[in-house]
Amino acid sequence: MSEHDTTVTQEHSGGKLRAGITELLPAAGNGLLGRRSFVKAGLGAAGGIALMQAVPASAARPGHMRSPGPGMSEYGSPAPAEANVKRIGIGSQRGTTGSGASRSPLEHLHGIVTPSGLHFERHHAGVPEIDPASHNILIHGLVKRPLLFTMDALARYPIVSRLQFLECSGNSGTLLAADPPQLSCGELHGLVSGSEWGGVPLAVLLDEAGVLPAARWLIAEGADASVMSRSVPLAKGMDDAIVALYQNGERLRPENGYPARLFLPGWEGNMSVKWLRRINVTAQPAMTKDETSKYSDLQPDGSSLLFTFPMAVKSVITSPSPGLAMQGPGLYQIAGIAWSGNGRIRRVDVSADGGKSWVQAALDDLVLPKSLTRFTSAWRWDGSPGVLLSRAVDETGAVQPTRKSLMSNRAAGAFYHYNAIQAWRVGEAGKVNNVYV
Amino acid sequence: MFTSKTVGGLLAIAFGTLVHAAESPNLGTLASGAEVAAYDLTVMPDGTGLPVGSGSVAQGMRLYTEQCFACHGAEGEGALNDRLAGGHGSLATRAPVKTIGSFWPYATTLFDYIRRAMPYAEPGSLSNDEIYSLTAYLLYINGIVDDEAVMDARVLPEVVMPNRDNFVWAYKP
Ligand code: HEC
Repeated sequence: MSEHDTTVTQEHSGGKLRAGITELLPAAGNGLLGRRSFVKAGLGAAGGIALMQAVPASAARPGHMRSPGPGMSEYGSPAPAEANVKRIGIGSQRGTTGSGASRSPLEHLHGIVTPSGLHFERHHAGVPEIDPASHNILIHGLVKRPLLFTMDALARYPIVSRLQFLECSGNSGTLLAADPPQLSCGELHGLVSGSEWGGVPLAVLLDEAGVLPAARWLIAEGADASVMSRSVPLAKGMDDAIVALYQNGERLRPENGYPARLFLPGWEGNMSVKWLRRINVTAQPAMTKDETSKYSDLQPDGSSLLFTFPMAVKSVITSPSPGLAMQGPGLYQIAGIAWSGNGRIRRVDVSADGGKSWVQAALDDLVLPKSLTRFTSAWRWDGSPGVLLSRAVDETGAVQPTRKSLMSNRAAGAFYHYNAIQAWRVGEAGKVNNVYV
Repeated sequence: MFTSKTVGGLLAIAFGTLVHAAESPNLGTLASGAEVAAYDLTVMPDGTGLPVGSGSVAQGMRLYTEQCFACHGAEGEGALNDRLAGGHGSLATRAPVKTIGSFWPYATTLFDYIRRAMPYAEPGSLSNDEIYSLTAYLLYINGIVDDEAVMDARVLPEVVMPNRDNFVWAYKP
């Protein structure tokens, strides 16, 4: 769509949209446009297509408009033509099928809610099949009353729900490789997903058990075959932790912890213990395998950090991205997601010239704490090569680091908490590649 | 942010009645000591939670060959799955090797983890004596105890892991 077409459309569309065209001004290098212009220009462009194209007669009444379609279904599924939108990057430790991960196909999704069936997975011994009628959660240790909760009992508590992200702290770890791996956005960054999580505030259950003054930690444990266990600060349990029963309006999916999981907003995913069976209230952490041997952070001097809980500010452009090739010069919407375990996203800046110049992206309506936040920016691609970047800032003022600065003081064996700026190179033919800048 | 106060407020709304801020559904049932013991699998660094029983390096070596070798290799050198020994002194180099011996801060974690999760295909199948033996053997192949060592609830928490003092808490309660 050339600027001329857009202008014509604007004139046909009446006076109201005319303001849009005056805002279609370059705002940063290599074709990035002012942040509010695209929505209006986009409307105009769509109108333009409708005005200019004659409707082909054969399209007037295709087959699906000539006989009634199938009727109602008990549980819907995606359109057959979308069957390619699946979890990707599925891998398990050698010789096993249950000690591994699958990723959300971020490049095919548009929203801050990940469909439950596409939520990433990270299991240590597969997905247990749990009968909710015989599953209980025990709270014990430094409490006045050790209590057992059935799933029916939990469902009778007031449920709170929030739109929040969950991210594995190993997300994007493949980008530590010396050469940029040529993988899709989801394969690289898809160990993050967003959901509406509904559950019982853990503080309510802890208050009922009566936490004793010496208590500082909660040892949470799952009912999978590895009985996965993590130590969680009591303060988090009393703050915004929930025992989640619902995901996106329905009961949890088995792979996301059915019938109940811990959900710790903003903190590394492994701590949000799935298939929750027990919370042991203690004075000290248990130093489990998954908080010492794994999920700890080696430093260049050989020491290691334990308990690096919050997931830091991060963003990634999901479109364009590898596998989603450009279709000729013209107007595009750059779109992506940003998130921070420390609160709301304050702003996201986008660059099309490898970081020489930036424009502030528009944030979609819902900017929620510890949630995926969508950003968009208008881009007039002239067909020449460019490097797209996004850089998020959260409400604490934390700025997403460049890869160079993140790598500059990182130990060779440090794997977790990679949150550097992602660069996508758009080549002349419109092919998109992962690059380091 | 949930405090008892806001939760009380929520409850008042949920039940459409005026309830005291401290009121709660109270639907948990009191767990008996036996029930707690049946659930409790946590072993703490000070040894809390370690059961009675004991096991030697020699017994552990035999069990390891039968039940662990295929996935973790001869003397823990790694095979299909994680390497369990070696890597000493490598952590500050360009090629760090993190193993039980070079990296893990607490020996108690070994008992805790093997009891929870290993062997991979049959977790929960080992007796406490067997778990103590395997723990002794894994400490032995890492050069932390000698071949005569016998592990039990008293000895295991006293084992000092070489890398213990190299961990910094990024979160302090
Ligand atoms: C079928 C293969 C298999 C067998 C047999 C097996 N393991 Fe494992 N082991 C694994 C896998 C897979 C993991 C990683 C699990 C995860 O994802 O957390 C692991 C992890 C471990 C770890 C943690 C390693 C680390 O550095 O974090 C220890 C210790 C361990 N196994 C001990 C044992 C012992 C002792 C036995 C024998 C009783 C055993 N394993 C048998 C597959 C196996």
